[in-house]
Amino acid sequence: MARELKLTKNQLDAPFALRVEGISGENPYACYQCGKCSAGCPFADYMDALPNQVLRLVQLGDASVLKLSAPWVCASCLACTVRCPKGVDIAKTMEALRLLSLRRGITPVQVKPDRAYPQIALIGAYRKLTP
Amino acid sequence: MKRIAYFPGCAMKDQARPDEVGTLHALSALGYEVAEIPRWNCCGTVYSLAQDDLMRHVGPVRNLLRVQGMGEKRVLTLCAMCYGTLKRSERFAQNPDRLARINAFLDTEDDFQGGIEVVHLLHLLRDEVGYGRLASQVKRKLGGLKVATYYGCVLLRPRDLGVDDPDKPEVLEKVVEALGGTPVLFPERTECCGAYLTVGRKDIVEERAGRILRSARGGGATAMVTTCPLCQFNLAERRPAGAPALPVLYLGQILAWTMGIDEPAVDALWTNQPAAGAPVSVGGVR
Repeated sequence: MARELKLTKNQLDAPFALRVEGISGENPYACYQCGKCSAGCPFADYMDALPNQVLRLVQLGDASVLKLSAPWVCASCLACTVRCPKGVDIAKTMEALRLLSLRRGITPVQVKPDRAYPQIALIGAYRKLTP
Repeated sequence: MKRIAYFPGCAMKDQARPDEVGTLHALSALGYEVAEIPRWNCCGTVYSLAQDDLMRHVGPVRNLLRVQGMGEKRVLTLCAMCYGTLKRSERFAQNPDRLARINAFLDTEDDFQGGIEVVHLLHLLRDEVGYGRLASQVKRKLGGLKVATYYGCVLLRPRDLGVDDPDKPEVLEKVVEALGGTPVLFPERTECCGAYLTVGRKDIVEERAGRILRSARGGGATAMVTTCPLCQFNLAERRPAGAPALPVLYLGQILAWTMGIDEPAVDALWTNQPAAGAPVSVGGVR
């Protein structure tokens, strides 16, 4: 689960981070990597990078973060959002990462209902996981 | 009678019908004239967390426009997810620039002026009816039935828009107490059930449902109450083998039953939930 990060100077020149900030309205550099979001995330076990690691990659302007499954496992439950001691709404950052893919027509998760579902489940899935 | 505008949303007319029927009977007994808003549409179920995605707010704002058209200043929701989307979109549209652009898009409608208060059933019970008066309306007590109070996500989060403290909520527990039940606090009561992930990631939601149900049973619960139709679906339909088969009831069902309202549509879930589960015995009623 843990990812090794290699820091280079040009990673810190990060237009990517600004684009994420533009969509989310959240300043990724406010995060000081305490990990409280990851500690309380009910879905962390299923993520290929923890929420704080996702935020770290955004800080570093590393667009490879878009290839991770973590934002697609996030269910926007806002547990991280209410716990962040720096007031970073991490769920908004996750949404921005999903949208950066969806707006390019990239849909890593296919919504294919395998049975009858209540509307509330279907609308939620289509709105979060399809363009 | 106190008039209040009401936004049902999709679930109340479908799988959460027992919640709607039960709640409307109970509210009538508590002195409310509930007026369903005309031509309502889907709330969107999940609030858009992007700042630049105005289109996703058109649905919720259109519903708020209908409330404005009724001459009402506030609107009631029963579903936790409807509460979240309407409440947050109302807040989002308080920004004059966003409001102007949403209004320009909705050019066949009157302009939305803002200032519609979105309230959840729990607000009414706590802040207007009061626990004392609620208790005085009880005709059939829950007889100390141990009810796990499951909030889920959007009823409590984000912090400034939730119905109660997201870390230490108590409104659902107080309501259960007023109805003669014994609320069961359990560690997972504010943790997400997996929500819409249920469509594509059954594995995750089954694990979440199992964890929540075991946590509730660990506290001694014999039933669970929720106000979210998606939580209800996930906890009843995604219960993994071996997890406790707690009946997952809507608040409206418990309200109506304790207030002595006999309505087949409401009673159905008492014995039917969950499909594979054991029936719950409440005051002699199974």
